[in-house]
Amino acid sequence: MSNSTVPRSRAEATTTEADPRAEAPAGGRPEEKASGRLSLRLRFRRDRTLILMTLPAVLLVLVFNYVPILGNVVAFQEYDPYVSENGFVAMLESPWVGIEQFERIFADSAFWDAVQNTLVLFSLQLVLFFPIPIVLALLINSVIRPRIRAVSQAILYLPHFFSWVLVITVFQQIFGGAGIIAQTLRRHGYEGFDLMTDPGIFKFLVTAEGVWKDAGWGVIVFLAALASVSPDLYEAAAMDGAGRWRRMWHVTLPALRPVIALLLVLRVGDALTVGFEQILLQRDAVGPGAAEVLDTYVWWNGVRNQDFSYAAAAGLIKGLVSVALVLAANKVAHFMGEQGVYKK
Amino acid sequence: MTAVIDKAALDEAAREPRWWQAPPRPVWEDEPSKAGVAGKGIVLAGACLAVLFPLWIVIVTSLSSKRTITEAGGLVLIPKDITFIAYQELLSGGQVTRAAIVSVCVTLAGTLFSMAVSVLAAYGLSRSGSLGHRWLLMTLLATMFFGAGLIPTYLLVQSLGLTDTYLALILPSAVSVFNILVLRAFFMGISPELVDSARIDGAGDWRILWQIIIPLSRAVIAVITLFYAVGYWSAWFNASIYLSDQSMMPLQNVMIQLVQKQEAPVGVSQAIKTGQISALAIQMAVMVMALLPVAVISPFVQKHFKKGMLTGAVKG
Repeated sequence: MSNSTVPRSRAEATTTEADPRAEAPAGGRPEEKASGRLSLRLRFRRDRTLILMTLPAVLLVLVFNYVPILGNVVAFQEYDPYVSENGFVAMLESPWVGIEQFERIFADSAFWDAVQNTLVLFSLQLVLFFPIPIVLALLINSVIRPRIRAVSQAILYLPHFFSWVLVITVFQQIFGGAGIIAQTLRRHGYEGFDLMTDPGIFKFLVTAEGVWKDAGWGVIVFLAALASVSPDLYEAAAMDGAGRWRRMWHVTLPALRPVIALLLVLRVGDALTVGFEQILLQRDAVGPGAAEVLDTYVWWNGVRNQDFSYAAAAGLIKGLVSVALVLAANKVAHFMGEQGVYKK
Repeated sequence: MTAVIDKAALDEAAREPRWWQAPPRPVWEDEPSKAGVAGKGIVLAGACLAVLFPLWIVIVTSLSSKRTITEAGGLVLIPKDITFIAYQELLSGGQVTRAAIVSVCVTLAGTLFSMAVSVLAAYGLSRSGSLGHRWLLMTLLATMFFGAGLIPTYLLVQSLGLTDTYLALILPSAVSVFNILVLRAFFMGISPELVDSARIDGAGDWRILWQIIIPLSRAVIAVITLFYAVGYWSAWFNASIYLSDQSMMPLQNVMIQLVQKQEAPVGVSQAIKTGQISALAIQMAVMVMALLPVAVISPFVQKHFKKGMLTGAVKG
């Protein structure tokens, strides 16, 4: 027999399922008490199909997200990949060295250069990238012809779905040494240039690529927030004599505030991750001095130079700082009276 | 407001505006200035052009003959004599053909697998009072806050013996917790009365999912399928570290070699050397092959983006 022999009560179904907003991922819910009256065995019989359905995803996450966490122990070893064909066996047989790898990292100036590059890139993206979707959303929202809105949105969303390989290649064809701008300049007797291999402007280039690819996509969330603003508010403001700009300041922007705060928190929490794939693809063209960020530093030392323990230690530092940043950013969001990523 | 009702004006206002006309403005909203409208138009058109212009050049160059490209001194702006010779050369066997087939197969298999796992998990987690619901959900949610790191993941994939298999391109990135949450939020929004009445009629969970939930969720399922498919189609990093055999490489990796490292693909280099085709046209044709599926499919799914992104972003 299927689990339909023990139907979930209608009352329980409506209280727990009707309003997804009533439920926070981390919060305990009193409704659970209702089903707690059934014995564990009966509840298992009733819900076994649901558990069975969830298992494949949970197993995949356990294997590919949780088990590797244990692998971080190589950060405290002198991992030797040649001990065994199997990486796991090699892990068990490698000698322990304590925090030696971490001491090596902190003494390495290349590591601190990568930290600096990461932070500079993050700040650039925050200042030059973050506001653009907001401005674009205000702009699109103010266009009232539906056809123009739909077409411009369709065009602006498109690059989000292109791969980084493609985006960088497109930039290379436009701004590179053999690109269309440099060639046109040369044909008219000016000196050509190559933005793609210039370490001086590399960070701006990376930011510009990000804007081209994802600024249009970022608009969606803000447009949705704008669509939920009641027109009554605008009308009331207009009645009170608020002009176009006053209405934007006192009605539109407050409506965007929670979304801006949430995205800002997410971005700050993710500060140490700045476009791994994107930068890795261009690392060779400009050299590590300008392009090395924490993620590529780990990749270069670990995968390329086979210094697994050293790279794992660097990755561990980055991971721990990142978690701390997420939690701290969320605290700040709560402090400011916003909901943040998860509820208090 | 005037007391006299103007019938003609009312009809005019009630009529659906044609697409080039602005819909009626609320009475309190003042007419925008000419300069304001022009400024908005210029900024918006400029943004759209910044997206379309590079794509135009890439497509036109890939369709140009060697002579046109030489005359233009590189990339072509205005199409003259359209030829499909670059595509014929790329698709007549050889490395690029094989890479395209690999990419298509990995994308299809991966997307199917990811969707199956995600839809099942999203449904399994959507009945919130069920046994173990919170624990299972927390297990997935926690991974949004931390990652294991590149090196341990690499060592795990290597220990599992997945290196040099196509499974290495699918399994490690098969589950996106974000996508599961979006699906789950949508499933939870479906009227519980509908599910209850099906249950009273004797339908089990499999049947409810297949015959009620999935047909009602076509929009969000289309969005998430696109997200997964784009992920698999665009991926190159896993292939670059887990595959060593060049003939197994997907299209994106071949594009890296071809366009960034300027190496002609095996099978095509002969045609370039003998001067039949421009190397540039070949490069651009590979780029078009990489962007075409995405550019063709995403506009059809686009009207559902807002719903998917909103539930995902707000619920986090």
